[in-house]
Amino acid sequence: MRKRRGSGWLYDAALMTALEHHAVTRVVEAFGDRTLSRTNFRDQTTLIVQPEDAHEILRFLRDDAACDYALLVDVTAADYLEYPVDQPGRFGVVWVLRSHTHDDLLLVKTWLNPSIDTSGIEHDPALEVDSACDIWPGAEWREREVFDMFGIRFNGHPDLRRILTWRDFPAHPLRKDYPLRGRGERENYEVIDRDSV
Amino acid sequence: MGLEAAIPVDGFLTTSLNRVINWARRSAVWPMPFATACCGIELMATASSRYDLARFGAEVFRFSPRQADLMIVAGRVSVKMLPVLQRIYKQMCEPKWVISMGACASTGGVFDTYAVVQGVDQYIPVDVYVPGCPPRPEMLIEGVMAIQRIIDQDNIPFDGDGRRLPLEIALEPTHRPSDQPVDVTIGAT
Ligand code: SF4
Repeated sequence: MRKRRGSGWLYDAALMTALEHHAVTRVVEAFGDRTLSRTNFRDQTTLIVQPEDAHEILRFLRDDAACDYALLVDVTAADYLEYPVDQPGRFGVVWVLRSHTHDDLLLVKTWLNPSIDTSGIEHDPALEVDSACDIWPGAEWREREVFDMFGIRFNGHPDLRRILTWRDFPAHPLRKDYPLRGRGERENYEVIDRDSV
Repeated sequence: MGLEAAIPVDGFLTTSLNRVINWARRSAVWPMPFATACCGIELMATASSRYDLARFGAEVFRFSPRQADLMIVAGRVSVKMLPVLQRIYKQMCEPKWVISMGACASTGGVFDTYAVVQGVDQYIPVDVYVPGCPPRPEMLIEGVMAIQRIIDQDNIPFDGDGRRLPLEIALEPTHRPSDQPVDVTIGAT
Protein backbone atom coordinates (compact mmCIF):
# COMPACT_ATOMS: atom_id res chain seq x y z
CA MET A 1 0.00 0.00 0.00
CA ARG A 2 1.38 3.34 -0.95
CA LYS A 3 0.34 6.58 0.53
CA ARG A 4 1.10 9.97 -0.83
CA ARG A 5 2.96 12.30 1.53
CA GLY A 6 4.33 15.58 0.34
CA SER A 7 6.10 14.95 -2.93
CA GLY A 8 7.24 11.37 -2.37
CA TRP A 9 5.66 7.92 -2.17
CA LEU A 10 6.04 6.19 1.17
CA TYR A 11 5.21 2.66 2.16
CA ASP A 12 3.08 2.56 5.22
CA ALA A 13 3.18 -0.56 7.37
CA ALA A 14 -0.16 0.18 8.99
CA LEU A 15 -1.84 0.46 5.63
CA MET A 16 -0.16 -2.70 4.40
CA THR A 17 -2.11 -4.71 6.96
CA ALA A 18 -5.28 -3.06 5.69
CA LEU A 19 -4.66 -5.07 2.52
CA GLU A 20 -6.22 -7.96 4.38
CA HIS A 21 -9.69 -7.35 3.09
CA HIS A 22 -12.29 -8.09 5.75
CA ALA A 23 -14.83 -9.59 3.37
CA VAL A 24 -12.26 -11.77 1.65
CA THR A 25 -11.15 -13.02 5.04
CA ARG A 26 -14.75 -13.89 5.88
CA VAL A 27 -15.21 -15.73 2.61
CA VAL A 28 -12.00 -17.69 3.09
CA GLU A 29 -13.18 -18.71 6.57
CA ALA A 30 -16.56 -19.82 5.32
CA PHE A 31 -15.50 -21.40 2.02
CA GLY A 32 -12.08 -22.73 2.91
CA ASP A 33 -12.58 -25.84 0.79
CA ARG A 34 -13.10 -23.90 -2.45
CA THR A 35 -10.57 -22.58 -4.90
CA LEU A 36 -10.37 -18.88 -4.24
CA SER A 37 -7.86 -16.24 -5.08
CA ARG A 38 -7.76 -12.53 -5.01
CA THR A 39 -5.94 -9.63 -6.54
CA ASN A 40 -5.40 -6.11 -5.44
CA PHE A 41 -4.88 -3.21 -7.76
CA ARG A 42 -4.68 0.32 -6.40
CA ASP A 43 -6.56 -0.57 -3.23
CA GLN A 44 -9.31 -2.30 -5.16
CA THR A 45 -9.70 -5.91 -4.12
CA THR A 46 -11.03 -8.52 -6.52
CA LEU A 47 -12.13 -11.90 -5.24
CA ILE A 48 -11.78 -14.60 -7.88
CA VAL A 49 -14.05 -17.59 -7.53
CA GLN A 50 -14.92 -20.70 -9.50
CA PRO A 51 -18.01 -20.30 -11.71
CA GLU A 52 -19.94 -22.99 -9.84
CA ASP A 53 -19.24 -21.33 -6.47
CA ALA A 54 -20.12 -17.82 -7.60
CA HIS A 55 -23.78 -17.88 -6.65
CA GLU A 56 -23.22 -19.26 -3.18
CA ILE A 57 -20.44 -16.82 -2.41
CA LEU A 58 -22.40 -13.87 -3.73
CA ARG A 59 -25.29 -14.79 -1.48
CA PHE A 60 -22.92 -15.09 1.46
CA LEU A 61 -21.46 -11.67 0.69
CA ARG A 62 -24.88 -10.13 0.83
CA ASP A 63 -26.21 -12.00 3.88
CA ASP A 64 -23.18 -12.12 6.15
CA ALA A 65 -23.32 -9.19 8.57
CA ALA A 66 -19.57 -8.63 8.39
CA CYS A 67 -19.78 -8.31 4.60
CA ASP A 68 -23.27 -6.90 4.00
CA TYR A 69 -22.95 -6.05 0.31
CA ALA A 70 -26.51 -4.89 -0.06
CA LEU A 71 -26.06 -3.24 -3.45
CA LEU A 72 -25.11 -4.90 -6.69
CA VAL A 73 -23.60 -2.03 -8.65
CA ASP A 74 -23.02 -3.89 -11.88
CA VAL A 75 -22.67 -7.21 -13.57
CA THR A 76 -20.35 -7.10 -16.51
CA ALA A 77 -17.90 -9.17 -18.48
CA ALA A 78 -14.74 -8.84 -20.52
CA ASP A 79 -13.30 -10.87 -23.35
CA TYR A 80 -9.57 -11.53 -22.96
CA LEU A 81 -8.98 -12.96 -26.42
CA GLU A 82 -5.48 -11.95 -27.54
CA TYR A 83 -4.93 -10.13 -24.28
CA PRO A 84 -1.22 -9.28 -24.06
CA VAL A 85 -0.89 -10.95 -20.65
CA ASP A 86 -1.91 -14.56 -20.13
CA GLN A 87 -5.19 -14.87 -18.27
CA PRO A 88 -6.81 -17.89 -16.62
CA GLY A 89 -9.69 -17.87 -19.06
CA ARG A 90 -11.23 -16.28 -22.10
CA PHE A 91 -14.17 -14.48 -20.49
CA GLY A 92 -14.19 -12.81 -17.11
CA VAL A 93 -17.57 -12.18 -15.51
CA VAL A 94 -17.47 -9.48 -12.86
CA TRP A 95 -19.91 -8.56 -10.13
CA VAL A 96 -19.37 -5.17 -8.56
CA LEU A 97 -20.65 -5.08 -4.99
CA ARG A 98 -21.11 -2.16 -2.67
CA SER A 99 -21.55 -2.25 1.07
CA HIS A 100 -22.98 0.88 2.58
CA THR A 101 -22.55 -0.21 6.19
CA HIS A 102 -18.85 -0.93 5.70
CA ASP A 103 -18.26 1.68 3.03
CA ASP A 104 -16.58 -0.76 0.72
CA LEU A 105 -16.52 -1.81 -2.89
CA LEU A 106 -15.64 -5.37 -3.81
CA LEU A 107 -15.25 -7.02 -7.18
CA VAL A 108 -16.10 -10.68 -7.55
CA LYS A 109 -14.82 -12.27 -10.71
CA THR A 110 -14.99 -15.65 -12.35
CA TRP A 111 -13.41 -17.07 -15.49
CA LEU A 112 -15.16 -18.97 -18.25
CA ASN A 113 -13.70 -20.82 -21.20
CA PRO A 114 -15.83 -21.48 -24.26
CA SER A 115 -16.08 -25.08 -25.44
CA ILE A 116 -17.19 -24.29 -29.00
CA ASP A 117 -16.41 -21.72 -31.63
CA THR A 118 -17.40 -18.27 -30.38
CA SER A 119 -18.20 -16.62 -33.70
CA GLY A 120 -21.81 -17.77 -33.70
CA ILE A 121 -24.67 -17.60 -31.25
CA GLU A 122 -25.04 -21.29 -30.45
CA HIS A 123 -25.71 -22.14 -26.86
CA ASP A 124 -22.38 -23.00 -25.22
CA PRO A 125 -22.87 -24.96 -21.95
CA ALA A 126 -19.41 -23.87 -20.84
CA LEU A 127 -20.45 -20.22 -20.88
CA GLU A 128 -22.96 -20.43 -18.07
CA VAL A 129 -23.07 -19.13 -14.53
CA ASP A 130 -25.90 -18.95 -12.03
CA SER A 131 -27.99 -15.84 -12.11
CA ALA A 132 -27.79 -13.43 -9.20
CA CYS A 133 -31.35 -12.24 -9.79
CA ASP A 134 -32.61 -14.09 -6.73
CA ILE A 135 -30.01 -12.31 -4.57
CA TRP A 136 -30.26 -8.82 -6.05
CA PRO A 137 -33.31 -8.37 -8.30
CA GLY A 138 -31.45 -5.50 -9.95
CA ALA A 139 -29.18 -8.00 -11.65
CA GLU A 140 -31.83 -8.75 -14.23
CA TRP A 141 -31.05 -6.20 -16.91
CA ARG A 142 -27.29 -6.33 -16.37
CA GLU A 143 -27.28 -10.05 -16.92
CA ARG A 144 -29.35 -9.59 -20.03
CA GLU A 145 -26.76 -7.15 -21.30
CA VAL A 146 -23.89 -9.55 -20.59
CA PHE A 147 -25.83 -12.25 -22.38
CA ASP A 148 -26.54 -9.98 -25.32
CA MET A 149 -22.99 -8.74 -25.70
CA PHE A 150 -20.99 -11.86 -24.78
CA GLY A 151 -23.34 -14.81 -25.05
CA ILE A 152 -22.81 -15.79 -21.43
CA ARG A 153 -25.98 -17.37 -20.10
CA PHE A 154 -27.24 -16.97 -16.56
CA ASN A 155 -29.01 -20.02 -15.17
CA GLY A 156 -32.19 -19.19 -13.32
CA HIS A 157 -32.61 -15.79 -14.92
CA PRO A 158 -36.34 -15.03 -15.17
CA ASP A 159 -36.25 -13.55 -18.67
CA LEU A 160 -32.93 -13.95 -20.46
CA ARG A 161 -33.52 -12.10 -23.72
CA ARG A 162 -31.29 -9.72 -25.61
CA ILE A 163 -31.59 -6.21 -24.31
CA LEU A 164 -29.63 -3.88 -26.62
CA THR A 165 -29.57 -5.59 -29.97
CA TRP A 166 -32.70 -7.10 -31.41
CA ARG A 167 -33.98 -10.62 -31.08
CA ASP A 168 -32.55 -12.07 -34.29
CA PHE A 169 -29.15 -10.40 -34.08
CA PRO A 170 -26.72 -13.01 -35.41
CA ALA A 171 -23.79 -12.43 -33.05
CA HIS A 172 -22.64 -11.37 -29.63
CA PRO A 173 -20.95 -8.16 -30.64
CA LEU A 174 -18.59 -7.44 -27.75
CA ARG A 175 -16.70 -10.67 -28.29
CA LYS A 176 -13.29 -9.82 -29.59
CA ASP A 177 -13.65 -12.11 -32.58
CA TYR A 178 -16.61 -10.07 -33.80
CA PRO A 179 -15.49 -7.43 -36.31
CA LEU A 180 -15.98 -3.84 -35.20
CA ARG A 181 -17.88 -2.97 -38.35
CA GLY A 182 -20.13 -5.96 -38.02
CA ARG A 183 -20.98 -8.64 -40.51
CA GLY A 184 -23.32 -6.63 -42.68
CA GLU A 185 -26.02 -5.98 -40.08
CA ARG A 186 -25.94 -2.26 -40.73
CA GLU A 187 -26.02 -2.62 -44.52
CA ASN A 188 -28.86 -5.07 -44.97
CA TYR A 189 -31.82 -2.80 -44.64
CA GLU A 190 -34.71 -1.95 -46.87
CA VAL A 191 -34.01 1.23 -48.83
CA ILE A 192 -36.84 3.72 -49.03
CA ASP A 193 -37.00 6.06 -51.96
CA ARG A 194 -39.70 8.47 -52.97
CA ASP A 195 -41.54 5.79 -54.91
CA SER A 196 -41.95 3.33 -52.10
CA VAL A 197 -43.77 5.86 -49.97
CA MET B 1 -42.76 38.49 -51.21
CA GLY B 2 -42.77 42.11 -50.19
CA LEU B 3 -46.53 42.11 -50.10
CA GLU B 4 -46.95 45.42 -48.32
CA ALA B 5 -45.10 47.25 -51.03
CA ALA B 6 -46.88 45.40 -53.81
CA ILE B 7 -50.41 46.03 -52.62
CA PRO B 8 -51.69 49.18 -54.25
CA VAL B 9 -53.91 51.64 -52.49
CA ASP B 10 -57.17 49.97 -53.47
CA GLY B 11 -56.05 46.68 -51.91
CA PHE B 12 -55.90 44.39 -54.97
CA LEU B 13 -53.01 42.26 -56.02
CA THR B 14 -52.63 39.83 -58.86
CA THR B 15 -50.17 36.96 -58.78
CA SER B 16 -50.05 33.39 -59.94
CA LEU B 17 -51.70 30.77 -57.77
CA ASN B 18 -48.47 28.77 -57.75
CA ARG B 19 -46.60 31.63 -56.21
CA VAL B 20 -49.13 32.00 -53.45
CA ILE B 21 -49.09 28.30 -52.69
CA ASN B 22 -45.33 28.18 -52.68
CA TRP B 23 -45.18 31.24 -50.49
CA ALA B 24 -47.52 29.59 -48.02
CA ARG B 25 -45.55 26.37 -48.04
CA ARG B 26 -42.23 28.09 -47.71
CA SER B 27 -43.41 30.21 -44.82
CA ALA B 28 -44.77 27.30 -42.85
CA VAL B 29 -42.23 24.51 -42.90
CA TRP B 30 -43.09 22.33 -39.94
CA PRO B 31 -40.10 20.30 -38.84
CA MET B 32 -40.24 16.89 -37.29
CA PRO B 33 -37.22 16.76 -34.94
CA PHE B 34 -35.70 13.30 -35.22
CA ALA B 35 -33.05 14.14 -32.64
CA THR B 36 -31.18 11.04 -31.58
CA ALA B 37 -27.92 12.42 -30.24
CA CYS B 38 -25.90 15.52 -29.41
CA CYS B 39 -26.91 17.35 -32.60
CA GLY B 40 -30.38 17.45 -31.11
CA ILE B 41 -29.09 19.90 -28.52
CA GLU B 42 -28.01 22.28 -31.24
CA LEU B 43 -31.37 21.75 -32.90
CA MET B 44 -33.02 22.92 -29.71
CA ALA B 45 -30.74 25.94 -29.60
CA THR B 46 -31.76 26.71 -33.17
CA ALA B 47 -35.39 26.74 -32.20
CA SER B 48 -34.94 28.72 -29.03
CA SER B 49 -34.84 32.46 -28.66
CA ARG B 50 -31.23 33.27 -29.43
CA TYR B 51 -31.19 31.86 -32.96
CA ASP B 52 -34.95 31.80 -33.32
CA LEU B 53 -35.93 29.59 -36.20
CA ALA B 54 -39.32 31.26 -35.99
CA ARG B 55 -37.89 34.13 -38.01
CA PHE B 56 -37.97 31.78 -40.97
CA GLY B 57 -41.38 30.34 -40.36
CA ALA B 58 -40.18 26.93 -39.22
CA GLU B 59 -40.61 27.05 -35.48
CA VAL B 60 -43.56 24.71 -35.17
CA PHE B 61 -41.86 21.49 -34.22
CA ARG B 62 -44.27 18.63 -34.60
CA PHE B 63 -43.68 15.31 -32.96
CA SER B 64 -46.36 13.73 -35.07
CA PRO B 65 -45.08 12.93 -38.56
CA ARG B 66 -48.57 13.47 -39.92
CA GLN B 67 -48.32 17.14 -39.10
CA ALA B 68 -44.78 17.73 -40.28
CA ASP B 69 -43.26 18.20 -43.71
CA LEU B 70 -39.57 18.56 -42.89
CA MET B 71 -37.71 15.82 -41.12
CA ILE B 72 -34.50 16.94 -39.41
CA VAL B 73 -32.38 13.87 -38.69
CA ALA B 74 -30.13 15.23 -35.95
CA GLY B 75 -27.64 12.70 -34.67
CA ARG B 76 -26.48 9.19 -35.29
CA VAL B 77 -29.06 6.61 -36.19
CA SER B 78 -28.46 3.18 -34.79
CA VAL B 79 -29.33 0.13 -36.80
CA LYS B 80 -32.11 -0.61 -34.37
CA MET B 81 -33.54 2.89 -34.79
CA LEU B 82 -33.47 2.85 -38.58
CA PRO B 83 -36.81 1.07 -39.08
CA VAL B 84 -38.38 3.72 -36.85
CA LEU B 85 -36.84 6.48 -38.94
CA GLN B 86 -38.11 4.88 -42.12
CA ARG B 87 -41.57 4.41 -40.71
CA ILE B 88 -41.80 8.01 -39.57
CA TYR B 89 -40.57 9.15 -42.95
CA LYS B 90 -43.24 7.09 -44.66
CA GLN B 91 -45.92 8.58 -42.44
CA MET B 92 -45.11 12.15 -43.39
CA CYS B 93 -47.26 13.69 -46.09
CA GLU B 94 -45.96 15.01 -49.38
CA PRO B 95 -44.48 17.40 -50.18
CA LYS B 96 -41.86 16.54 -47.61
CA TRP B 97 -38.18 17.22 -47.16
CA VAL B 98 -35.37 15.70 -45.16
CA ILE B 99 -32.39 17.49 -43.65
CA SER B 100 -29.51 15.32 -42.55
CA MET B 101 -27.94 17.33 -39.77
CA GLY B 102 -24.34 16.74 -38.74
CA ALA B 103 -21.57 14.34 -39.62
CA CYS B 104 -23.25 11.37 -37.98
CA ALA B 105 -26.56 11.54 -39.78
CA SER B 106 -24.83 12.14 -43.11
CA THR B 107 -21.97 9.65 -42.88
CA GLY B 108 -21.94 7.89 -39.53
CA GLY B 109 -19.26 10.29 -38.34
CA VAL B 110 -16.68 8.76 -36.08
CA PHE B 111 -19.04 5.94 -35.14
CA ASP B 112 -17.94 3.39 -37.69
CA THR B 113 -19.32 0.40 -35.80
CA TYR B 114 -21.71 -2.45 -36.37
CA ALA B 115 -24.50 -0.60 -34.61
CA VAL B 116 -24.53 2.74 -36.44
CA VAL B 117 -25.93 3.45 -39.88
CA GLN B 118 -23.28 5.02 -42.08
CA GLY B 119 -25.41 7.80 -43.49
CA VAL B 120 -29.19 7.88 -43.47
CA ASP B 121 -29.19 8.76 -47.16
CA GLN B 122 -28.52 5.10 -47.87
CA TYR B 123 -32.00 4.30 -46.65
CA ILE B 124 -34.18 7.37 -47.07
CA PRO B 125 -33.98 10.23 -49.58
CA VAL B 126 -32.10 13.20 -48.14
CA ASP B 127 -32.53 16.70 -49.53
CA VAL B 128 -30.02 18.80 -47.64
CA TYR B 129 -26.83 17.76 -45.87
CA VAL B 130 -25.75 20.14 -43.15
CA PRO B 131 -22.10 19.56 -42.24
CA GLY B 132 -20.58 20.01 -38.81
CA CYS B 133 -20.18 18.25 -35.52
CA PRO B 134 -22.52 19.64 -34.51
CA PRO B 135 -23.48 22.21 -37.13
CA ARG B 136 -23.90 25.64 -35.68
CA PRO B 137 -27.50 26.85 -35.58
CA GLU B 138 -26.70 29.27 -38.40
CA MET B 139 -25.80 26.29 -40.58
CA LEU B 140 -29.02 24.53 -39.79
CA ILE B 141 -30.99 27.68 -40.52
CA GLU B 142 -29.12 27.88 -43.79
CA GLY B 143 -30.23 24.32 -44.49
CA VAL B 144 -33.85 25.18 -43.80
CA MET B 145 -33.52 28.25 -45.98
CA ALA B 146 -32.03 26.19 -48.80
CA ILE B 147 -35.22 24.18 -48.80
CA GLN B 148 -37.32 27.31 -48.58
CA ARG B 149 -35.57 28.81 -51.59
CA ILE B 150 -36.27 25.68 -53.59
CA ILE B 151 -39.94 25.73 -52.61
CA ASP B 152 -40.18 29.42 -53.33
CA GLN B 153 -38.78 29.14 -56.81
CA ASP B 154 -40.96 26.15 -57.57
CA ASN B 155 -37.78 24.26 -58.27
CA ILE B 156 -38.67 20.88 -56.88
CA PRO B 157 -36.81 18.51 -59.18
CA PHE B 158 -38.72 15.75 -60.90
CA ASP B 159 -37.43 12.91 -62.96
CA GLY B 160 -38.86 12.07 -66.37
CA ASP B 161 -41.91 10.30 -64.92
CA GLY B 162 -42.91 13.21 -62.76
CA ARG B 163 -41.51 11.70 -59.58
CA ARG B 164 -39.73 13.89 -57.11
CA LEU B 165 -35.99 13.53 -56.76
CA PRO B 166 -34.08 14.23 -53.58
CA LEU B 167 -32.57 17.69 -53.69
CA GLU B 168 -29.13 16.47 -52.61
CA ILE B 169 -27.84 19.83 -51.56
CA ALA B 170 -24.65 19.74 -49.54
CA LEU B 171 -24.18 23.00 -47.71
CA GLU B 172 -20.90 24.81 -47.62
CA PRO B 173 -20.27 26.86 -44.54
CA THR B 174 -21.63 30.27 -45.45
CA HIS B 175 -20.46 32.31 -42.58
CA ARG B 176 -17.61 32.91 -40.23
CA PRO B 177 -18.77 32.25 -36.70
CA SER B 178 -18.59 35.62 -35.08
CA ASP B 179 -17.20 36.32 -31.66
CA GLN B 180 -19.45 35.70 -28.75
CA PRO B 181 -21.19 38.79 -27.43
CA VAL B 182 -19.22 40.73 -24.87
CA ASP B 183 -20.21 40.41 -21.25
CA VAL B 184 -23.03 42.60 -20.14
CA THR B 185 -22.60 44.26 -16.81
CA ILE B 186 -25.95 44.37 -15.16
CA GLY B 187 -26.70 47.62 -13.44
CA ALA B 188 -23.91 49.55 -15.18
CA THR B 189 -24.80 52.95 -16.48
S1 SF4 C 1 -22.32 15.07 -35.72
FE1 SF4 C 1 -21.25 15.41 -33.78
S2 SF4 C 1 -22.74 16.59 -32.56
FE2 SF4 C 1 -23.87 15.61 -34.23
S3 SF4 C 1 -24.61 13.68 -33.41
FE3 SF4 C 1 -22.66 13.28 -34.41
S4 SF4 C 1 -21.16 13.43 -32.76
FE4 SF4 C 1 -23.03 14.43 -32.05
